[in-house]
Amino acid sequence: MPEGRAEHYPGPIHQPPVKAGTVHDGQAVDALHAHHPKLQHHFDAMEQQAEASTLGMWVFLVTEIMFFGGLFMAYLVYRSASPAAFQEGSAHLSIGWGAFNTAVLIFSSLTMAMAVRSAQIGRPAKTQVGWLLATMALGATFLGVKVIEYSDKFRHHIVPGPFFDASQWEHPAGVEMFYSLYFCMTGLHALHMIVGIGIMTVIAIMAWRNQFDADYYTPVEVSGLYWHFVDIVWIFLFPLLYLIGRHYHG
Amino acid sequence: MFTNFPFFPQAASAQASQIDAVFFFMLAVSGFFSVLIAALVVIFAFKYRRRHDDEIGEAIHGALALELLWMFIPFGITMVMFAWGAKVFFDLYRPPAGAMEIFVVGKQWMWKVQHMDGQREINELHVPVGRTVKLIMGSEDVIHSFYIPAFRVKADVIPGRYNTLWFEATKPGTYHLFCAEYCGTKHSGMIGWVTAMEPAAFEAWLSGGRAEDSPVAAGQKLFQDLVCVTCHTPGAQARGPILTGLWGKQIELQGGGKVTFDEAYIRESIVNPQAKIVAGFQPIMPTFQGLVTEEQLLQLIAYVRSVAQQPAEAAPAGAGGAAAPAPEIKR
Amino acid sequence: METLNYLNDGHGLASWLLTKDHKRIALLYLGSITAFFAIGGFFAMLVRLELLTPAGDLLASETYNKMFTMHGVVMVFFFLIPSIPATLGNFLIPIMIGAKDLAFPRINLLSWYIYMLGGIFTMVAALSGGVDTGWTFYTPYSTAAANSHVITAALGVFITGFSSILTGLNFIVTIHRMRAPGLTWFRLPLFVWAHYATSLIMILGTPVIAITVLMVAAERVLHLGIFDPALGGDPVLFQHLFWFYSHPAVYIMILPAMGVISEIVQAFSRKNIFGYSFIAFSSLAIAVIGFLVWGHHLFVAGQSVYAGMLFSILSFMVAIPSAIKVFNWTATMYKGSVWLQSPMLYAIGFVGLFTIGGLTGLFLAAMGLDIHVHDTYFVVAHFHYIMVGGAIMGYLGGLHYWWPKITGKMYPEPWAKLAAAIVFVGFNLTFFPQFVAGYLGMPRRYHAYPPEFQVWNVLSSAGASILAVGYVLPLIYLIHSLFYGARAATDPWGAKGLEWEIPSPPPTENFEITPIITHGTHQYEPSKEVGIA
Repeated sequence: MPEGRAEHYPGPIHQPPVKAGTVHDGQAVDALHAHHPKLQHHFDAMEQQAEASTLGMWVFLVTEIMFFGGLFMAYLVYRSASPAAFQEGSAHLSIGWGAFNTAVLIFSSLTMAMAVRSAQIGRPAKTQVGWLLATMALGATFLGVKVIEYSDKFRHHIVPGPFFDASQWEHPAGVEMFYSLYFCMTGLHALHMIVGIGIMTVIAIMAWRNQFDADYYTPVEVSGLYWHFVDIVWIFLFPLLYLIGRHYHG
Repeated sequence: MFTNFPFFPQAASAQASQIDAVFFFMLAVSGFFSVLIAALVVIFAFKYRRRHDDEIGEAIHGALALELLWMFIPFGITMVMFAWGAKVFFDLYRPPAGAMEIFVVGKQWMWKVQHMDGQREINELHVPVGRTVKLIMGSEDVIHSFYIPAFRVKADVIPGRYNTLWFEATKPGTYHLFCAEYCGTKHSGMIGWVTAMEPAAFEAWLSGGRAEDSPVAAGQKLFQDLVCVTCHTPGAQARGPILTGLWGKQIELQGGGKVTFDEAYIRESIVNPQAKIVAGFQPIMPTFQGLVTEEQLLQLIAYVRSVAQQPAEAAPAGAGGAAAPAPEIKR
Repeated sequence: METLNYLNDGHGLASWLLTKDHKRIALLYLGSITAFFAIGGFFAMLVRLELLTPAGDLLASETYNKMFTMHGVVMVFFFLIPSIPATLGNFLIPIMIGAKDLAFPRINLLSWYIYMLGGIFTMVAALSGGVDTGWTFYTPYSTAAANSHVITAALGVFITGFSSILTGLNFIVTIHRMRAPGLTWFRLPLFVWAHYATSLIMILGTPVIAITVLMVAAERVLHLGIFDPALGGDPVLFQHLFWFYSHPAVYIMILPAMGVISEIVQAFSRKNIFGYSFIAFSSLAIAVIGFLVWGHHLFVAGQSVYAGMLFSILSFMVAIPSAIKVFNWTATMYKGSVWLQSPMLYAIGFVGLFTIGGLTGLFLAAMGLDIHVHDTYFVVAHFHYIMVGGAIMGYLGGLHYWWPKITGKMYPEPWAKLAAAIVFVGFNLTFFPQFVAGYLGMPRRYHAYPPEFQVWNVLSSAGASILAVGYVLPLIYLIHSLFYGARAATDPWGAKGLEWEIPSPPPTENFEITPIITHGTHQYEPSKEVGIA
């Protein structure tokens, strides 16, 4: 969409109201351009609305990068100060569960992309809903694994704070710092996943009610962007938290 | 109130005049530009005031030459200000060799000062005139800031590390000492006095106080009481590194990396011994976090430093041995 | 019979509290921002009353510490940051670009509710005993030692941050995607440029303070120890994270005001702004460079001297774009047709006071000098010159300039001129003596102080009482004008801009038909025609 859309209106200053069935600027005005039921009153055209929504979501994702960024900065500072402690803490995390969760999320991004695609090309509602439910199920699986991991930490007194058992560690202060960051970063990430699943529920309901078509699938698309972002955050968290100093023994 | 109101602070240190010079330069430049802009705006407001209702201004859109001029002139001036300010900071940042050291501990809400020969002060600091003085400062709780306006020196005092500041007093007198970082309820009560004295008077003051252990002697006592000597001793029992001759050296650490043997490393090794273990040693040193106060830490550091500054061949002062050499610490 | 406009298009509380109209949302913000300004001013009043005498005899230490903290928190987060963007920005940006509303009207309303929720949290913190950490929440005092309502206040700030983020997001998308046909970037009003740059800072900086105060709250509640030295944590890390946002935040506070001044100076010199593209680019430059200077708050914290030098040189460089603006505004008045109405008085006041405030910032950027004046009243004076002498005067000037458009009524001009003069005099008397006290060595946040500082404090408090009068007057006559003011014309000032082409007050949809723009919206040459359908 060109800036200012001046090219679409090269003619006279006056812009007459546009009615379906007429000809405007050499183009037949179809029902879409007259008004799509989902066109909000302050936008001039569906494309403008869609682009605004997508740009809005991208801007929001930039804010999310900055939000997580503060924690990544703290991680950077403390890991360079105590590399051995961080390695010790990381070694206790289950690489099996971490890798499984990574695969789960990557796969969920695939199902999400399929959901967006199915809405875009006008597949039946139950196909769209199917892909969305698959995404949600994978997200829930991820969260279930996190519950397993977190409860293991609770049981072994690895949670920072007054119940942290320092005696099991060579570098107790640094390991406690590692786990402080572990819980903050994965906790914040998990919170975002929960919100993501909530958003998927709403989108699934909208899809079930046949609200999406080739000209209006923006909600699915921007939810997809959000979901992919949450996935990408995990792609960073996994090696930074789970893979410090790990070697392949093969 | 109206009988005593200074406009400008006393300048009682060699550093003060450097800082005041920067200040006056910036004051002159700022004054010039403020007056210039204010005058132009007022003059234009009157000279070009609207004379009838449909009057419009002359169509002047801009002038590239003028824009560049008033970009580059301020840029040049600000770069001079930057360079000058940075130079002054640099000079104030590095204490000269041979400075007289004094330990300072800030805690809510008082300053504890410890001279190297044993004199202790609370909320007061006595210093000689004409001698460079270096303060090594730590905090027991929250962030404070040690500020002597008349000397134009200030440094934050932060828990978990040491900051230093140095000055050379030039005028005998008594000057304000303030805490300059908000630290809680009695922040504005965490104030005191710095007294600069002629060298002879200072010596007299120093020897006139209660005879107390120098920090080095007190530190030696702690070294014995806390049985540090059990591991840090030569012989079959040597589970910890021998400390003689290490001062200022680069120490090889377990897992690669090096650290300089200085006050900060000594402190860290006492409160968080697992953080930087010397290569070739086991991580068995217990932590003394919570078992020693900041002041005691400074005393231990003074003692360990005195040992570390001895040449490596000499036997360290062991338990019950002679006191360490007098602390006129050369750097 | 009144014509239909956004004010009478729908009656009843629900039509206001559930509105999607950016103009009504702007008024919702106007009301709450005024209320928070009064609250923040109340705290300031108690501070200045206490400081009349050297002894701490009016308030207990703890109470005083809470007063200056709450003054800072309320004024920064609930007044200065939202003020111009949420009121004037919300109202004017769609109109100035020829749009019917912002890109996301419901998110706009949500922004206001989030702002109010954050405000409620903060007021709960205040009423249940207050918080005493300073608005800067430095660790480890805030995480380990403070006995006050840190978590509630921190959550209030956290929540309100999202209001800021959503407003910035809305503005960015709106300016990118909803400009009228023919309205290219370099035909935009400078008010819009200023808000675009501000929005960039809002979206990039605010999330960082959000996560930082969340970490402080987490440390207090869960004893995590991220900033606790006993666990190897670094209290200075908090300062880096805090100032990474809070320095750019001050540009959030001043850039919109600069946008207002650009508009007022043009309108009341009846002349195109001198150096349009320089002013536009300088807004962007301030936004970018502003993110690179935060370490100048840490010169004496033990930061590496080389890092300090980097921050110092960048801090000097960030002053240059501001200087460019000041010179361009002054040059705009040259051979203009200057009309000294109250908005222009505020604008001229801004130019003078912002110049002083900005120049004193240079004193602080010079590392060696900062050693002496850091954490003294010199800093307090510096930032009040910018925020009160600058931002608030810009806000008042803009409020007066666009009042006829927003309300359809004219305020009484003689009273407005009087108020502007009182504000100017009161302001200088309040804050200039603080420069002197600061260089003398009076530290900030002091409940009691040595007697030699008293005369400066008395002058300052006297000025504050005059300044208060100057702020109360507009409250009275502006509200009075709502009922008894003369009806305003479409273009009472004879100014240019799309907002002056539509009725006062505007209809709900702003424009019946999207205008086509053929040249810049602020052209004062008599030969060109106005570019609107």
